[in-house]
Amino acid sequence: MSEFNRGFSLPDLDGLPRRFPSGRPSLVCFVKEDCKTCNLVMPVLEAFHRTFGARADVLLVGQSAAGNATLKERHALTMPVLDDSDCRVSFAWDFEIVPAVFWTDGEGKIGTRFEGFVRSEWQALEQQIGAQLDPGFSGLNWLDYPDWRPGCGSKHLDPEVNERLRATASDSPIRARRIEIASADDDAEFMFDQGFSDGLPLVPPTPERVMRMLAGTRRGAQDIVAVVPPNMAPATVEKIAINAVMAGCRPDYLPVVIAAVEAVCTDEFNIHGVTATTMGASPVMVVNGPIRHRIGMNMKLSALGVGNRANATIGRAVRLVVRNIGGARPGGVDRSTMSSPLKFTMCFAEWEEGSPWSPLHVERGFQVEDSVVTVFAMTSGPVLIVDQESRGADQIAGSLGLGLEGAILSKIHRMPMDALLVVCPEHIRTLTSEGQYSKDRLRARIQQVTSRPLREMVANEISGAGIPRAIADKMTPEQLEAPAPKFASEANIHIVVAGSEAGKFSAAFHGWVTGPAGSMSVSRKIETS
Amino acid sequence: MTLIILDPTDERVPVERHISRRNGAITGTIGLLDISKPRGNVLLDELERLLLERLPGVKVNRYRKPTFAKPCPDDLRGTIKSECSFLVEALAD
Repeated sequence: MSEFNRGFSLPDLDGLPRRFPSGRPSLVCFVKEDCKTCNLVMPVLEAFHRTFGARADVLLVGQSAAGNATLKERHALTMPVLDDSDCRVSFAWDFEIVPAVFWTDGEGKIGTRFEGFVRSEWQALEQQIGAQLDPGFSGLNWLDYPDWRPGCGSKHLDPEVNERLRATASDSPIRARRIEIASADDDAEFMFDQGFSDGLPLVPPTPERVMRMLAGTRRGAQDIVAVVPPNMAPATVEKIAINAVMAGCRPDYLPVVIAAVEAVCTDEFNIHGVTATTMGASPVMVVNGPIRHRIGMNMKLSALGVGNRANATIGRAVRLVVRNIGGARPGGVDRSTMSSPLKFTMCFAEWEEGSPWSPLHVERGFQVEDSVVTVFAMTSGPVLIVDQESRGADQIAGSLGLGLEGAILSKIHRMPMDALLVVCPEHIRTLTSEGQYSKDRLRARIQQVTSRPLREMVANEISGAGIPRAIADKMTPEQLEAPAPKFASEANIHIVVAGSEAGKFSAAFHGWVTGPAGSMSVSRKIETS
Repeated sequence: MTLIILDPTDERVPVERHISRRNGAITGTIGLLDISKPRGNVLLDELERLLLERLPGVKVNRYRKPTFAKPCPDDLRGTIKSECSFLVEALAD
């Protein structure tokens, strides 16, 4: 802390301001009323004031207004007792223990400082001041004082006080505009009125909470993580942290939110188009790697649903970033015809330990010990795939394929559209009951069982969707008999494992337009300490 | 007691947009931008026919975005700006 920052003006018990430095030598002592050691030294400080007060300022700085009044009455103090209830001056003076003593010259330069009570230090200070101001000074009687007594932790280091002080200090990492909610306003209603909310209540992003959130990452608060469409606004770590607070995240979730924001704001993922489409797409986020366990994500019972804070709030935080930083709001750039609850939140972890396959992130080129988030642009889901009867591996794989055939519209095939298949543990057991069953074999099986002759996709009286009649009329009978699988490519089928160990119910998410003209899934490594 | 919160938005003051000044006459080149959604060309074909019928002195240029799902590429914006006096952007749905 620089000398410059130690200057202050604090009110005394009469409300009159006392400035430091004053041009006179000063003894400044920070105290707390409920600290026994502070009370021990009160007579000493009062004696200093009575003895040296004509030539120096002796200033007692207390950390609560009520405590100051009590100290004055209890010890019959005549020295100025200054109010530092908000601890800003204590914070600026950068000490840990009260009583904290500073002997300075008239310009505020510190000559001597110490904390707590070590009798020899106090005696030496007395000698120093006496020699400087009053060479004939005879000294106090120190026999009644112990050799040593520890002080108490200063109030400005209490966590909730310290976070507020750090947030508002001149070197604070926080740069966001501060919004004052009047005492007559309800904070929850105010945030709804400002349009910050997705429709659910928000946690007020106070500077203290944002400071705590920022402690969840080693990245600088002003680092720009991504540029968020449609406003093309820079998403700093600080802005992401603010939205993470509002979403209800814990600080240790922040690295996942940051990685997910980075992923959705890539050109490949195309969050602009994902947001704008009338189909109503939204990111589905899958987390892999050790961080799943560290932050307590759910990957088993109810993995795709409610009840887990990390799953729920990480997904929500990413959505709030797109809404508040990117400016994407329903009726604005978001033109979803129906929209989807996916737009509130959808984030879950893969149950890697319950999977016979390489985890999703390893399949996508990362190391197994990496923590990774992968984002998929999805328009529907989770859609249940129910099969409680199949006992053969190919049978259950066939059912998973048939379950996917309904994506978008069952008669639409060869779609350049991703699907995310979440296979439940009981279906995994059936799949592997006869030995290994690779993901590629499952993908091939899905394409096999969903292959239908093109003639079934021609527009007809039941449904006008599919191949236009005029085009079909120009096709040969052989061409119309050609089989067409559901997906344009096996690469469109993404597979993970999650869910409870009881129940033969897998699930699928259906995609949007997959490819450079639409959206492609993106993985980003998560910063871990 | 008041509560201080931090602004979660990009803190941009909304830009007020004004409608371009009308000069009372349509002359020069009119651009018709197809955003590449299915059947957008049907709408633009009809619009082009009507424009040429009612404004025989104007020229019509046709443009097409690579995908409706992304903003218009900068190069295409530049081309349209340099070649046209007016632009009609059309979609389908």
